[in-house]
Amino acid sequence: MFSFDLLLDAVVIGVLLGCFYAAVSLGLSVSFGLLDVPHIAHPAFLLMASYAVYFLNESFGIDPLLAGLLITPLLFLFGLVAYRLYYETFEKRGSDAGVRGIAFFFGVAFIIEVLLILQFGVDQRSVTASYIGKAWRIGEMRIPFRLVVAFVVAAALTILLTLYLSRTFMGRAIRAVAQDQEALRLMGANPIRIKQWAFGIATSVLGIAGALLIIVAPVEPTLDRTYIGRTFCIVVMAGLGSITGTLIAAIILGVAETIVLTLFGASWAPAISFAMLLGVLAVRPQGLFGRRS
Amino acid sequence: MSRNSLAFWIGATLFLFAALAMTQIIGNEYPFFACYVILQFIVLAVAWSILGGYAGYVNFGTSAFFGVGVYTAVFLFKAFDAPLAVQIAVAAAFGAFLGFALGLLTLRMQGIFFSIATIALTIIIETSVTNWRFVGGAAGIQLQRPMVTAPFHSYVQMLFFVQALLVVLAVAIARYIQNSWIGRGLQALKDDELAAECTGVPTLRLKVTACVISGALMCAAGAPAAMYLQYADPSSAFNLNYSVSALAMSLIGGTAHWAGPIVGAILLGVTQQLLTVTISSEVNVLVLGVMLVLFVVAAPEGIIGLIRKAARKRTGGGA
Repeated sequence: MFSFDLLLDAVVIGVLLGCFYAAVSLGLSVSFGLLDVPHIAHPAFLLMASYAVYFLNESFGIDPLLAGLLITPLLFLFGLVAYRLYYETFEKRGSDAGVRGIAFFFGVAFIIEVLLILQFGVDQRSVTASYIGKAWRIGEMRIPFRLVVAFVVAAALTILLTLYLSRTFMGRAIRAVAQDQEALRLMGANPIRIKQWAFGIATSVLGIAGALLIIVAPVEPTLDRTYIGRTFCIVVMAGLGSITGTLIAAIILGVAETIVLTLFGASWAPAISFAMLLGVLAVRPQGLFGRRS
Repeated sequence: MSRNSLAFWIGATLFLFAALAMTQIIGNEYPFFACYVILQFIVLAVAWSILGGYAGYVNFGTSAFFGVGVYTAVFLFKAFDAPLAVQIAVAAAFGAFLGFALGLLTLRMQGIFFSIATIALTIIIETSVTNWRFVGGAAGIQLQRPMVTAPFHSYVQMLFFVQALLVVLAVAIARYIQNSWIGRGLQALKDDELAAECTGVPTLRLKVTACVISGALMCAAGAPAAMYLQYADPSSAFNLNYSVSALAMSLIGGTAHWAGPIVGAILLGVTQQLLTVTISSEVNVLVLGVMLVLFVVAAPEGIIGLIRKAARKRTGGGA
C-alpha cells in the first residue's frame, strides 16, 4: 500500500506546502518572534486579509495576488494603529500586561471571526483565477498549479523580507530593537516607533499571505483556529525571530503533515502542527535556530 | 475571618435550598435549561480563575477539560451504564490527572507559551476523540437519559441541582485557596515569579496544584453536559467558545476576589441567554468578545475592581 512513489509525492507536495506555510507565518515571526507581542490574533488578521481578497476578486474580478498587493498599504496602516493601541494599553503599563495582552488578542481574534461570519456566512469561499484548478504532470506525479504559484510567491516574499531585515537601515533597526531596546534608547532612537513600524511591516505581509491562503484552498471564518497551531508551531520551532529558520521549520511541518495525511488520513491532520508545537516546547523551547537560550 | 466563613456557608446553604425549592415549585422546564447553562459557566469561570486569576497563567484549554469531562461521562455511560454521580467523580479524577500532566509539561513555560500549549492540547484531544469510534467519532453520539430519581420530577431539574452543588463546591475551593497559603503563594508568583522562587515559594508545585484543582473542576462541570444535551460531538464539546467564555467571565468579573468570576459569569451568562433567544448565537459571541476587549483595555481589574474603586473610602472589605 505504501510505496516509494507515494512518499516522494508526499515530500514534494510537503515542500511546496511548507513554503506556503512560511509565507503565512512570516508576519508572526516578526511580531511575536522579534517584538514579543503575544499576537494570537495573527491568523485572524490573515483570514481577514483573505476575505478582503475574496471581496475584491468576487466584486471586481481582480486577480487574487494583485488584490493582495492592493490591500497591503491598508494592512500596514492597520498594523501601525493596532500596535499603538496595544502599546498604550498594555506594554506601557508594565505589570500584569502579559495576561491581559494575551486575553486582548484572543478577544480580537474572536471578534474578527464573528464579524466574518456575520458578513460572509459560514460557507466556504474561494477565488477564481486562471491558474487555479490546473495541474502540472511530471511523470506519475501530479502537482496542483496553485501550490506552485504559492511556492514561488512565498519564496519571493521570504527572500524580500530577509533582505529587508538584513540590508536596509530600518530592517537593521528592527533587529536591534529585538536584541536590546534599552541600548537603542540610550543611543537616541525611539524604540517604540521602530517597533510600531515593524508591526506595520508584519501586518502588511499578510496581504500577499492572505491571497495565498485563499488561492491554496477555500476559506471559512473559523479557519484561523487551525492556523494558530501552524503559525505558532513554525515560529517557535524556527527559534523566535529567525526568518531563514521560519522557512526551514515550515517545510518540516509541511512534509510532516502531508506524510501523516497519506498514511493515516485527513482526520488526524489538525493535530499534527499542535503536537509538533507541544513537542518543540517540551524538548527544545528555544527552537532550532533560537536567538536566545 | 470566622464570621465571614459562617456568612459564606449560610449563604451557600440558602442558595442550595433555593435551588431545591425551585425544582419542587416550578413545573416548566425552560428556566432549568437556562439556569443550568449559567451555573455551568459559574463553575468554569471560578475554576479558570484559580489558575488564570490567582497565578496569572492564561489557560485557553477550558474547552479541552470541558470536552474531556463530557466524553468521560459518555464513555462511562455507554460502557458501564454508570450513574451520574460516578460520571462526575471519574471525570473530576481524570481532569485532575490531565491538569497534572499539562502542568508538569507546560507550567515551566512563561506566559504566552503556556497559553499556546493549552490551545494545542485542546486540538490534540479533540482530534483523538474525533478518531475514536466507540464514542461516536466525528458524527457524535446520541444518549438516552435514564429514569429520574425522586425528589426530582424531570432529569433536567436534577442536572440543574447537581450543577448547583458543583457551584458551591467550586466556590468553596476557590475561596479556601484565596485565603490560604496556596493563594498567597500564587499571588506572589503572579507578581514576580523569580522573586517568589528566590524567597522560597515552591512556584512549580503551587502552579501544578492550581492546574490540578482547576482541571478537576472543569471536567466535573463538563460531565453532566452529556446528559443535559442528550448528545455529544467533538466539535461542540471541545468548542473554543467555552475557553473564551470562561476567560472573559473571569476577567470581566475581576480575578482578585473569588466573587469576581461569579459576578462575571452571571452577568455574561444572562446576557448570552437573552441574546441567543432574541437575536442569534453569533451576535452573542460577538458581544462576549467586545466586552472582553473593552474590559481588558478599560477596566483591567474587572467589575470587582470597579466596585472597590467606587467604595475606596470605606476601609476593610477583603474576603
